[in-house]
Amino acid sequence: MSPSILEIKNLTKDFGGLKAVNNFSLSLNEGELVGLIGPNGAGKTTVFNLITGMYLPSAGSIKFQGREISGLKPHKIAQMGISRTFQNIRLFPELTVLDNVRIAHHYHTHCGLFHTLFRTKAFHQEEKELTQKAKEFLAIFGLEGRLNEKSKNLPYGEQRRLEIVRALTSAPKLLLLDEPAAGMNPFEVGRLLELIAFIRERFRLTILLIEHQMRVVMGICERVVVMDFGEIIACGMPEAVQNDPKVIEAYLGKRTTVYG
Amino acid sequence: MSNRTVKTIIMVIAVYIVLFILIKFSIINPYWHQILCYAGIMAIQALGLNLIYGYTGQFSLGQAAFYGIGAYLSAYISKTIHTTNPLILILGIIAGAILSGIVALLIGLPILRLRSDYLGIATLGFGIIMKIIFDNADAVIPSLGGSRGMTGIPRLTNFTWVFTVFVLAVLVIRNLINSSIGRALVSIREDEIAAEAVGIDTTKYKTLGFVIGCIYAGVAGALYAHLYSFLHPANFDFLKSIDVMLIIVLGGLGSISGTIITAIAWAFLLEGLRVVLPEAILDWRLVIYPLILIIIMLVRPRGIFGGMEFKFLKSD
Repeated sequence: MSPSILEIKNLTKDFGGLKAVNNFSLSLNEGELVGLIGPNGAGKTTVFNLITGMYLPSAGSIKFQGREISGLKPHKIAQMGISRTFQNIRLFPELTVLDNVRIAHHYHTHCGLFHTLFRTKAFHQEEKELTQKAKEFLAIFGLEGRLNEKSKNLPYGEQRRLEIVRALTSAPKLLLLDEPAAGMNPFEVGRLLELIAFIRERFRLTILLIEHQMRVVMGICERVVVMDFGEIIACGMPEAVQNDPKVIEAYLGKRTTVYG
Repeated sequence: MSNRTVKTIIMVIAVYIVLFILIKFSIINPYWHQILCYAGIMAIQALGLNLIYGYTGQFSLGQAAFYGIGAYLSAYISKTIHTTNPLILILGIIAGAILSGIVALLIGLPILRLRSDYLGIATLGFGIIMKIIFDNADAVIPSLGGSRGMTGIPRLTNFTWVFTVFVLAVLVIRNLINSSIGRALVSIREDEIAAEAVGIDTTKYKTLGFVIGCIYAGVAGALYAHLYSFLHPANFDFLKSIDVMLIIVLGGLGSISGTIITAIAWAFLLEGLRVVLPEAILDWRLVIYPLILIIIMLVRPRGIFGGMEFKFLKSD
């Protein structure tokens, strides 16, 4: 049994009267790939925003590698090793593909204002290493031909991939993917799933994946958590969850028998 | 040193020598010499605002107030010490830079935690407050002159000073932008939430950009005070901040080359038209700028030089 890397207990977030996330508890083991599914508006993205510090929880605790992270600023949490992608891709549109990735490495650079302004040897050295590393990462994902293109000019699928590359560059331990398959056709989805399986192996990541299309998650996740109206309604192996009456109800509505 | 660096250095020195000789032999007369200096000062100021708004994306309307802080402090120092030793200007520039920086830090820290345009409103308010302080400063320190204006500042700024500071200013901003720090600044403009998500302390970098940009204004102010030897609060009201904003928007946000060219063109056009236009329609020249702005925004919404940069201003 591998140790748990993320421990969420009784997490609650309310916006005014609306409980977007209610009493949410989840434990992720190191190296696991877990799917977080549920219909639109179930509160999945809110959970991500709470984990990454974009929102402050109303109640509950989030522990990452044994350390409480709720209440920390998003950049602190990112620096601790939690990376994410966004449902509506958030790249730095006017910057080149290379710079998009180099920025993500920012936290690992050590040259301060002095080295930067005086262009010392250390600065040039670091800049060179940084560029080298970014290029290596981009090459893994087949984006090496696009280095100097503005990221906003990439086709949709490549933008998604670039966002994943950027998330990986900061050397995370936990990767949160928010609907990576949104807007993709079945063929592209297939390739994406391969990619996810690959980065998980290669970077030894723990991944939490949001999806609202059931079939996407079924293939690759070991465990699936189903949310509806801010609460967990089911949790377990994909096949078991799929046949859970509560889950079917959330997706399709209540089964009613009409007597003739 | 790379080949390009050597070429650039030679070019900069050549430009300096040519202009210096032209001034020395009065081919550029004292009047145009003054305007040349003013153009350089505007360029320094505009480079600062470009760092704040063009690169970091923080809308600030307080540039003239920081310009005024640098101007009044340095003028006060050289007037009080009462010397015409040019080195007092260095002291004035450093003091102006430090005070502008500290004030910017005090204003920036609480406001820059917030997203969006709060900085614009706060700096607008700050600009108005500073104008009132300059207007009434003589009540506390009589030598500052208040609304009657401050006189008797030694005339120390000349082309050599402005050119040296200007070259340094360009060098600093170039080195800053083409670095990890610069990329962090730009990422905030591009998408603040994404910047946080990749581990960038956005508050820290927004403050850094704002403080450095305001230091530029303070330095420019110190040069300005010793150029005309007269300061008036009206030169530092918020409309003057809008002038700087105009320059960077026209020149292209996030373009060093565009800012420099537009700032110099702006100063020369403003004065040049004074010479060219007949008396009767002289005041119409102030209509020309808004008109240019409107046309540019329609034709080239990203500014005249938006996204362009001279080769020597780019990173390797």
